[in-house]
Amino acid sequence: MKLKEKPTWKELPFACSVPEPGNSVHYKTGDWKTLKPVVDKTKCIKCGTCWIFCPEYAYEEDEYGYYEPNYEYCKGCGICHRECPAQCIIMEEEVVE
Amino acid sequence: MAKRTGIEVSIAIAEAARQANVDVVSAYPITPQTHIVEHLAQLVADGDLDAEYITVESEHTAMSACVGASAAGARVFTSTSSQGLALMNEIVYLASSLRTPVVMALANRSLSGPISIWNDHSDVMNERDTGWISIFANNGQEAYDLTLMAFRIGEDRRVMLPVMINFDGFILTHVIEPMYIFDDEEIADFIPPYEPVCVLDTDNPITMGPVGVPDVYTEAKKQQEIAIRESRPIIEEVFEEFAQRYGRRYEPVETYKADDAEIVLLAQGSVIEAAEVAVDLLREQGRKVGAVELRLWRPFPFDALREVLCGTSIKQVVVLDRCISFGGPIGPVLSEVRSALYLEKDRPMVVGVVAGLGGRDISLEEYVEMFDVGEECLRTGKDSGEETDLVRIVGLRE
Repeated sequence: MKLKEKPTWKELPFACSVPEPGNSVHYKTGDWKTLKPVVDKTKCIKCGTCWIFCPEYAYEEDEYGYYEPNYEYCKGCGICHRECPAQCIIMEEEVVE
Repeated sequence: MAKRTGIEVSIAIAEAARQANVDVVSAYPITPQTHIVEHLAQLVADGDLDAEYITVESEHTAMSACVGASAAGARVFTSTSSQGLALMNEIVYLASSLRTPVVMALANRSLSGPISIWNDHSDVMNERDTGWISIFANNGQEAYDLTLMAFRIGEDRRVMLPVMINFDGFILTHVIEPMYIFDDEEIADFIPPYEPVCVLDTDNPITMGPVGVPDVYTEAKKQQEIAIRESRPIIEEVFEEFAQRYGRRYEPVETYKADDAEIVLLAQGSVIEAAEVAVDLLREQGRKVGAVELRLWRPFPFDALREVLCGTSIKQVVVLDRCISFGGPIGPVLSEVRSALYLEKDRPMVVGVVAGLGGRDISLEEYVEMFDVGEECLRTGKDSGEETDLVRIVGLRE
């Protein structure tokens, strides 16, 4: 069951509980960021350090073993940029069209 | 039928929790609640109560454990007083907003400072807006009966709210009173097993107590406000069933010789029984006085109070607060009673006094003085303004 985005007080589940496990994926926090991480794949060593450190589980491994941030969830904290041993992640200003 | 036996009120309240067959007790000992939790700890240790007694390092943790246990589907009991309740405060709000029907026996005691272990109502008034159902007992029998009823009220699936039962520290807790204590079989079916609405279960995972972003917080609070407001008829239903079964009747607002009274003293807790002695004395002198007990504090019994006070013989109400609202409208009870009557056309005048702070006894003469305050207001027709806005403390050394 996907909760309505803006339920009335009668529609809100009992005691504001969340009856659906893992539904935080519906809550996209990507628009919080001002800087976004950009991975330079020519330098990336596929170590997965960014994936380990990301507090939002926003990194996803692609079919070639590289890690890419999912910008729908990445809050732009920059921890991956700070921790990357190959220094292949740069933070760029997020520009909204 | 149970027979009347002499029992310490604290022990009787602990026995009520045992008879309700609680699953979890988490509490931290504090004067004057201590005997309640000591007795429960003993019952669990001796195997006389099949419950988890969770020992904790503070009241903050005691209430946290209560909320967690209740969320896991347990019937939960705790008890505290004064500073302990103040320390619990943060989690007290969670118990009501998570709709965990914890039952709390609150041995009312004043708040520091100066440090006072004695009775007044500062502790409960501090929790007025926490969303708990709050009911006052004025003697040991009532404290015992109401503790039993608290489980029925709070755990009713139409309610699902925590309940605090208030009884005066020392004045009641440490008194041995002749009381009717039920045989276990007699009360067993009055309190059916607890069936939670919403429970933490690893097979059906849910989240209780999530972040409430600005888009849902307001709706969550509205839901909670309606829940406590709608608990009112269920509280009366439980009072009624108790009366039918056991013959002892409780009402949200109770009166003593108020039918033809002109001046009434309105109060909560054990002072009511002392005030009744003053009423009798003044009645002998031909004065038309009575007493009104505001038993149900939350949800506030607006209609019942108006029925007693408005359009009746009562011309003047003297509200006795056992707590000062510093820099405010004298005391919380006065403030609420006045507010409840504000829009009524045929309403009595309402004046407030404060007495019995930090365990100070109120003498018979002082109750008479309170009625005299009412008479003076009635004579002058003034129940507000500079003089009456001042906190008038009866029994103060000037």
